[in-house]
Parts: sequence; structure tokens; C-alpha cells
Amino acid sequence: MMQVSVRTSEDEIWAALAELPDPEMPVVNLVELGIVRAAAWHGETLAVTITPTFAACPAYEVIGSSIRQRLQAAGVAQVEVRVQHSPAWTTEWMTAAARSKLQAAGLAPPPRHEGNLIQVLMEPVACPRCGSHNTTLQNNFGTTPCRMIYTCVDCKEPFEMFKPL
Amino acid sequence: MQRAHQYALSGYLIAMADDELILGHRDSEWTGHAPILEEDIAFANLALDEIGHAKLWYELAADLLGEDQTIYPDRLVYFRDATQFRNLQMVELPKGDWALSTLRQYLFDSLEALRLEVLKHSRYTPLAEIAARIRTEELYHLRHSRAWVLRLGLGTEESHSRMQAALDALWPYAQQLAERLPGERDLHAAGIVPSSAALFDRWHIDAVEFLTKAGLQVNFQQFLAPSRREHTEHLPALLADLQSVARLDPEATW
Repeated sequence: MMQVSVRTSEDEIWAALAELPDPEMPVVNLVELGIVRAAAWHGETLAVTITPTFAACPAYEVIGSSIRQRLQAAGVAQVEVRVQHSPAWTTEWMTAAARSKLQAAGLAPPPRHEGNLIQVLMEPVACPRCGSHNTTLQNNFGTTPCRMIYTCVDCKEPFEMFKPL
Repeated sequence: MQRAHQYALSGYLIAMADDELILGHRDSEWTGHAPILEEDIAFANLALDEIGHAKLWYELAADLLGEDQTIYPDRLVYFRDATQFRNLQMVELPKGDWALSTLRQYLFDSLEALRLEVLKHSRYTPLAEIAARIRTEELYHLRHSRAWVLRLGLGTEESHSRMQAALDALWPYAQQLAERLPGERDLHAAGIVPSSAALFDRWHIDAVEFLTKAGLQVNFQQFLAPSRREHTEHLPALLADLQSVARLDPEATW
């Protein structure tokens, strides 16, 4: 008798992955953030490739285990999470939806830079609350490696920006 | 890649990783002790980044040597003695005052930026790709340390004199940045890594110009740069702290 293995479909896999919030910015999910690069079958094992946002991102182990758990719940028996560092993750991979969710949550999204990072870093940052460009950099480093801290001079509120990379 | 190059490159990478690891450890010592909350956060982030970068270089070295990437970096970090480390003496010096730590960060970051810029075009693609990743992150480090050197150098009389003292103390050690890294000669000829001496010459011009702009005086002194095999008495003490938990129970997993 021929044995038929029933695999979870590709659509189901990606839908399941898109349910997983980023551990440090739960308003966005791992897929729209661009962290999940590929999901491919190798025999009976599903290999999911992820690229950390920052080289030293402390969250990627948590990300790996949440991927394994969610896919096992979706019926994939064997999941292997692979970390791929190259090509390096860039904020250019973040979807428009992810950017607007960050903005709505009060975290300034990274400006698009099309490879010209230095130029973007010279431009004033818009306050995610009131839209003013009258903002000052407080700190190149924030509560996570991927954020930095600004203050809005007009609405007087501090806010964080996702670092353009 | 040729076998001889694989071996040489692993030594080169381990030396770079050792620099990052030890500097990262020193940076982490400011956690809870920095002069202002923002700098507590900044130095904790710097430490995390440097140690994370060390991990990437150790993993790449493991790959070249055919070692297990999940075990080898930990073994290098926790079970080598000071004599086996290949870091620069500058990064192992105690953290000193705020001026010394920020100036050290600037001296190291600014040379590393030049090195990564060349490594981005290395003929060994995995190295080039990791260098490109790290280079972007390091942009933020350099922006930060330059800002502090300017602020303190041109700040009050007190901040200026502390910054000048830090520069006088560190400048001789900075000469070690010109030393060839392990295996460098062959790797440079093969287009895999830059020449440290050439990088240093370029760095030296930029650094003197920048430090002068920050109101500081570079006092050129003769200094016989030691080899990366030689360390100050501060490294064993640092390692005793860094390695204590792992050595208590070498079989532990966490």
C-alpha cells in the first residue's frame, strides 16, 4: 500500500507564521518584519530560515522557539529553525503594513533609505504622535538594540525610533 | 579557499573576536554605574553589540576549522587562559573614568570602521557579508563615541582635563592597532583581509584631526607595541570574572 504523507500547505504555514508577534514589538509580526526568509521542506522536516534584525539580537532564540511551537500546533511534526546572517537584514525589508503599525503604536518607523543610510541619518525624524519634525536625538541606543530615543520639542514627549539599518 | 588560508583566517577572526569580547565585557561594567541613565542604556547596548559581533566571528572561525559552531565559541570564551587570548591590550585595561571608556570606544570604533569597510569587499564572501552587517551597526557606535569625545573635549575645564588624561594614557596603547593580525600577510596577498599597517596610517591621520577638533593634544610617544600574545595583569582578573560561572560547572547547559 502506498503511504501518503499529508503535509501542511504552504499557505497554512505562512498564515501560522504571520500570527507570531515580534517578542519586543508585539504590534508587528515576524513575517511583515522580514525576519522569516524561507520555509522549505527537506523530506519530512520543515526548515524555516530566519535572519535576526541585529547581529546580537537577544530575541532570536525566543523567536525560534515560538516558530517551532506554532508550526507544531499547525500539524508540522518536525521543524528546524535555521539562522542565516547573510544577506544581512535591513529595515528595507519591513512591509508598509509593519511601518504603519509601528507608527500607530508610537514607535517611529525607520525611514526608507534605499541603501543610502548616512543621508537618511542626517534628516530630522518626524514625531509619531504629532508629526512635527522639530525633534532631537536623546540617545543612539534605546530599550532594545534596534531602537533609539528622541524627544519631540513641540509636544514635549519622548519617543523611540526603529533604527534604519 | 585553500587549507592554509582557512587556518590563517580562523586565527585572524579569533583575534578580532577577542577584541570585541573583551571590549564588550568592559563596556558591560558600566551597567548600573554610568553617569546618566541614557549612558547606562547606551553602554549596555554597546556591550551587547560587541559581544554579539564576537560571536559571529567565532562562529565563522569554527566553520573554517570544521568545529561545531554551537560549542566552539563558548569553549574559546570560557575555557582559554589569558595567554591564549589575542586581543589588544587597550581593550583589557580597566574601564577607568567615563572619559577613558568613551575615548577608548572612539579609538577602537574608528579603526574598526575602516577595517570593516575593507572587509566588506573581502574575496571570502561569508566574511564580506558579516562585515557589511556589522559595519552598519557600528555606524551608531561611532556616532555615539564621537559625540562624547567632542562634548567632553570641548566641555568644561574638568571634562577637558580628564579627556586629555585619557588620551595620554591610551594613545601609546593605540599604537598596537598597527600590528599585523595573526596570519595577515598571506590573507592580505590573497585579497581576503586588509593590511593593518595601511589601515593604521589612514586611521592615524583621521584620528589626530578629529581629536584636535575636540580640543585635545596628541602627545606622540615612543611605544614598543607588544604582540597580541602579551597581556597586562588586568586580563587574568577580567577572565576570572567572565569565566567563573562556566568553570564552576563545565558540563552545565542553559
